[in-house]
Amino acid sequence: MTPPDDRSREYRDSALRPYVLTKGRARPSRNTISVDTLLIATDPAPPLPISAGRQERALLAMCRGLLSLVEVAARLELPVSVVRVLASDLVDSGHLTARAGSPRSAQLPRELLQEVLNGLRAL
Amino acid sequence: MVSVRSDGYLPGTVTKSVKILVVGSFGVGKTTLIGAVSEISPLRTEEIVTQVSEGVDDLAGVDDKRTTTVAMDFGRITLDDTLALYLFGTPGQRRFWDLWEGLAEGAAGVLVLVDTRPGRLEASFEVFDQLEIGTELPFVVAVNHFPDTVPHSADELRTALDLLPDTPVLDCDARDRGSALAALTTLVQYAVDTSATGPADAPQHLPVSQEMVS
Ligand SMILES: Nc1nc2c(ncn2[C@@H]2O[C@H](COP(=O)(O)OP(=O)(O)OP(=O)(O)O)[C@@H](O)[C@H]2O)c(=O)[nH]1
Ligand SMILES: [Mg+2]
Repeated sequence: MTPPDDRSREYRDSALRPYVLTKGRARPSRNTISVDTLLIATDPAPPLPISAGRQERALLAMCRGLLSLVEVAARLELPVSVVRVLASDLVDSGHLTARAGSPRSAQLPRELLQEVLNGLRAL
Repeated sequence: MVSVRSDGYLPGTVTKSVKILVVGSFGVGKTTLIGAVSEISPLRTEEIVTQVSEGVDDLAGVDDKRTTTVAMDFGRITLDDTLALYLFGTPGQRRFWDLWEGLAEGAAGVLVLVDTRPGRLEASFEVFDQLEIGTELPFVVAVNHFPDTVPHSADELRTALDLLPDTPVLDCDARDRGSALAALTTLVQYAVDTSATGPADAPQHLPVSQEMVS
């Protein structure tokens, strides 16, 4: 079957970008940041080193308020994997604070699911 | 209901996030459904995945991870002062399974959208293959209704899709917020119900059945 609209084509040229932006690393230093991990700039924020790149600065500025990793990536128009690596470094250096995303367990705690259910019902 | 900030940032009180996957074949209504319930304008982003080799072995000795970028949709609903729900729309085709597995980890469940019109249902089969092979996530099946969709009973669909008897099957209109929310509610109710009978340390009392008010 031929997909009617192969959107992945739009991004064909970007496969090399992540490796450039993240200085050759394809993996975050810490494996704890998932797509829905919430990020916010540490307040007060320590100054970024002069060596910090444009992407790091843009990411930190974007995180002046609370957003998930995937939202930050969409707003910066960067692939999620790239922002994950940059964010991990900024968390390690204390510039960014991460709040737990989805737990890495097979099944979510029942109380959390119940809270989601209550929230959906109240909408 | 939590009011949404005009700049799109979450309230600073939010400490937890939960994700739900919306999957289905091409054109089944995933983007439409996420857009119907999201409090932020639906967003697209790209994720890098290792390309699935289609039956061809990688060249030996070539240390070249083949990656490709695929687009995914997402939306957000702030459910209470401390909890945000994220919805991720991913295509069901085999070549996107890498992306899907990454997203599925830690998800509350999967909403599977199907199009039951003649010639379209078959495209959903590989979605169910993946659900059975790749994850243990609770899922419900929502039949997205198009003008020429012929109504089928839930049991007919369970047979056609080879589903377990207790897998919830419901109708939905992906364009309608109430209908899309009802589908999500059914999924999370099912996740709560099955989690009660899941791990040994979970409470074993039966869930109180709650009628959905629409
Ligand atoms: N009549 C009707 N049309 C719908 C419904 N849901 C979606 N559509 C239409 O079907 C088309 C495809 O919907 P999308 O939401 O883009 O589907 P998708 O699953 O995101 O598609 P891909 O991302 O290309 O796989 C659009 O033109 C929608 O307007 C529905 O419930 N009823
Ligand atoms: Mg779509």
